[in-house]
Amino acid sequence: MKNKIIQQFFFSLITISALITALFLLIIIFFIFKNGFNAISWEFITSVPKNGMTAGGVSPAIIGSFCLVAAAILFSLPLGLACAVYLQEYSPKNYIVDIVKTGVSNLASVPSVVFGLFGLAVFVKFFGFGVSILSGGLTLAILVLPNIITTSQEALSAVPYSFREASLALGATQWQTIRKVVLPAALPGILTGIILSIGRAAGETAPIMFTAAVFYKKGRPDSIMSEVMALPYHIYALMTEGVNPEKQTVIAYGCALILLVLVAVLSSLAVFIRNKYRSSYER
Amino acid sequence: MSDEIKIKVSNLNFYYGKMQALKNINIDIMDKKITALIGPSGCGKSTLIRIFNRMCDLVIGAKAEGSVIFDGENILNSSIDIVKLRQKIGMVFQKPNPFPKTIFQNIAYGLEINGCKDKSFIKFKVEETLKKAALWEDVKDRLNDSALGLSGGQQQRLCIARALAVEAQVILFDEPCASLDPISTAKIEELILELQNNYAIIIVTHNMQQASRVSDYTAFMYLGDLIEFGSTNQIFTVPKNPKTEEYLSGKFG
Repeated sequence: MKNKIIQQFFFSLITISALITALFLLIIIFFIFKNGFNAISWEFITSVPKNGMTAGGVSPAIIGSFCLVAAAILFSLPLGLACAVYLQEYSPKNYIVDIVKTGVSNLASVPSVVFGLFGLAVFVKFFGFGVSILSGGLTLAILVLPNIITTSQEALSAVPYSFREASLALGATQWQTIRKVVLPAALPGILTGIILSIGRAAGETAPIMFTAAVFYKKGRPDSIMSEVMALPYHIYALMTEGVNPEKQTVIAYGCALILLVLVAVLSSLAVFIRNKYRSSYER
Repeated sequence: MSDEIKIKVSNLNFYYGKMQALKNINIDIMDKKITALIGPSGCGKSTLIRIFNRMCDLVIGAKAEGSVIFDGENILNSSIDIVKLRQKIGMVFQKPNPFPKTIFQNIAYGLEINGCKDKSFIKFKVEETLKKAALWEDVKDRLNDSALGLSGGQQQRLCIARALAVEAQVILFDEPCASLDPISTAKIEELILELQNNYAIIIVTHNMQQASRVSDYTAFMYLGDLIEFGSTNQIFTVPKNPKTEEYLSGKFG
């Protein structure tokens, strides 16, 4: 009887902990919606900031974020996928693999502001790309690289060995096997990684602060060498600079809401694809 | 009745690193006959058939000595074209392993990786091999459905068809019915018996009844040695080696 009560006590504790965790998320979403919803309008999404950031819309920031994310994925996907294929399919069992694996997992725990400084030193200054989509995209690419590698590697390792065996036994080379059997089978998992990386890249402020983002820029970027506005940095700027905090705060919450919805949509897409993928293998 | 030797194995030794998995194996595989390999787990029978299509290469530290003559060549030579070899010697695995593609694509795959682009030829081959594998009637209306939607037995027949499509001459079966129900097993056995008219067949099995039902020759292996090899009839009725008799009567294994 006593044991049963103890069990009951701890189970309740665990349940409450879980609920509190979920509550945080709900509170965040509630506040962002409550404070940001009034700012959202068609004009907010499609027009440029006016009156020193106190009115108008945030379309340059949306476009800028889009460009940065696209550049980040463009750079990180081929590199990350190649790295995952190397680690999972080709690599001999030696110390180089261990070094690469340790490198990848450590890269994942580097603080994002450090990536920002790295991007400033290497892309902006050393390579002379300046503050631009290119520099910011490359910096974000390094940030999401461990994500892409880890999810791709998981997706590749989830492909049953028997598929590889079947392909090789039919006379396919290892490369044909990877390209025509393993990669297509791993594609949904890889897509999940890409989508999650998009969400991550879209939301980061620190890596683009010194490498790509500016407080105000009128109109569209005309090349990848242009500096841009970006949603997360725009929020940061609205809350720390400017002369009219009351009006700016509302716009900042509007931006946060757009960002939140964007990331939420992408994440649920990732979950949807992953579930679909899982069900196609479980027989 | 042909008595042509399809694969001649002489003095074959095989090692996984320091472990010797096969010890001085000598065996002749006859064309258009079914040879069963039996023996307790770990006796080397799966290793032996994986040498015939060089799938054993995939294991790190694997090393083979001796000769395995097929089509006038020693397939253990490093100069052998493994792609061609694996097309001529097809393999069906323990667990049905169709690709997560359509039924059509599963069979077309082997042709496409060899650079076959002739759509009508591929279509013809798909139909021909599915008929040979006794699967055509089951799937002819759903060739573009996923192969993963087929039953276990159907999947295994698809895997057989896939091996036939690349013009295999020898088909290796590695416990092909281990994961199938009795009805599917019966169908696969029926198919194997039919295929022997045109192919040399080697089947690894843990099922003694299966070996005696389908095979013409039986090889009993134990701890890497080939203990006894002869006609299935002789092995099952008057085994010469006491070990064979003990195994067949269930004293160990």
